[in-house]
Amino acid sequence: ASKAFSLYANIDILRPYFDVEPAQVRARLLESMIPVKMVNFPQKIAGELYGPLMLVFTLVAILLHGMKTSDTIIREGTLMGTAIGTCFGYWLGVSSFIYFLAYLCNAQITMVQMLSLLGYGLFGHCITLFVTYNIHFHSLFYIFWLGVGGLSTLRMVAVLVSRTVGHTQRLILCGTLAALHMLFLLYLHFAYHKVVEGILDTLEGPNVPPFQRVARDIPVVSNALLNTTAKAAALTL
Amino acid sequence: MLLEQGTTLRALEPCARHSLRAPLRSCLLQDEQFADLADMSLSGDITVEGEITVPVGAPSPDEDFSTLDEPVRETIMRDLKAVGKKFVHVMYPKKSSTLLRDWDLWGPLVLCVSLALMLQGGSADSKEDGGPQFAEVFVIIWFGAVVITLNSKLLGGTISFFQSLCVLGYCVLPLTVAMLVCRLVLLAGAGTISFVVRLLVVLAMFAWSTLASTAFLADSQPPNRKALVVYPIFLFYFVISWMILTFTPQ
Repeated sequence: ASKAFSLYANIDILRPYFDVEPAQVRARLLESMIPVKMVNFPQKIAGELYGPLMLVFTLVAILLHGMKTSDTIIREGTLMGTAIGTCFGYWLGVSSFIYFLAYLCNAQITMVQMLSLLGYGLFGHCITLFVTYNIHFHSLFYIFWLGVGGLSTLRMVAVLVSRTVGHTQRLILCGTLAALHMLFLLYLHFAYHKVVEGILDTLEGPNVPPFQRVARDIPVVSNALLNTTAKAAALTL
Repeated sequence: MLLEQGTTLRALEPCARHSLRAPLRSCLLQDEQFADLADMSLSGDITVEGEITVPVGAPSPDEDFSTLDEPVRETIMRDLKAVGKKFVHVMYPKKSSTLLRDWDLWGPLVLCVSLALMLQGGSADSKEDGGPQFAEVFVIIWFGAVVITLNSKLLGGTISFFQSLCVLGYCVLPLTVAMLVCRLVLLAGAGTISFVVRLLVVLAMFAWSTLASTAFLADSQPPNRKALVVYPIFLFYFVISWMILTFTPQ
């Protein structure tokens, strides 16, 4: 019984981070797309975990939907695990990494705030992937990648810049975050793209994806597929 | 009516056996033990209506209310009936508290296992074991339910952990029905028409599940936060519906 009690005690630690109203969540979602120019004064970050958690789960759901519609050839059993692992891994891992960098660069940000900031930054990813999984145009994706992804990255960068002193530190911190955030979106779009058999056919086309993800869980992977994948990667590099 | 201290209820035995529609006083007067009390003045006949169950007599060992002595069939039937009643409550979601009051996890277990079993046997490639693994479905349903429960508790809900698990588990019933229908439809063939039919069935059952669980769970939340609780439930059933819809048999 004391064990159960301690579990409830732990839940109560998280309680203040879930104290939100729907209107607040909506407002924060919209704000996450608007970079704020003011960098001389530390911008306020709400340390809230409900929105980010829901956004991560939404991203998982969108990835599942996208993987299915693009006929990714992985055993279905691991689609779920892959999606959940990817999204949560990104959110928690990159947050921790940036928090560590922030500690090195003397930025004023707490772990919960970082989690919250990055979580809301995934809103742009959600929108982009939701649209481009249903409308398959590479050029549309690039527009969304730069536009929507760029906006949410700019917002996070602006917040971090306002909380860091010194040009080098700002550069390191914001550069890393921007790179990781944008590359993640790129990865999500192309990694779960079609892994078609006739990949050689698409090599001649102008819109070749930069890299293909070789699903790690296919036990019986035909040599042909591996070879063509390697050829595609080598040719585009 | 005043009872002297020390008078036990045992003394009321004779009266308790009558149905107390007759005025209490006249009932008492029929018993010699209370002849003395007949002199008490009462302002009027106090008519007591209804039935009062008084614990008559000392509990004798033979009449012990224990379920250990009853036949096994009775025990099982009682639990099965409770589960069945809850199924009916899910299919016709009215605002009743039965599901919440007597929570049990038998129904969710049965539904989860049957859903996971029906999701076996699908594959993307004939050489591989396609379809979500049994353990995967199991873990997703239970882990998802736990997360939603934690979320609703953190948002200030008044429902207990297991009650919420119970409701979420029982509301998987429409989706299990959808899975059954999908399998039957897929027996007939796997063309565009069958996909459309399956899509419509799964969508309808998904909406039903979400509405049923919302009807039970949303009442326990502060009124302005209902949307915050409903959204994860929507996502949870969306993932389960996705698993059902994308099921393709070998």
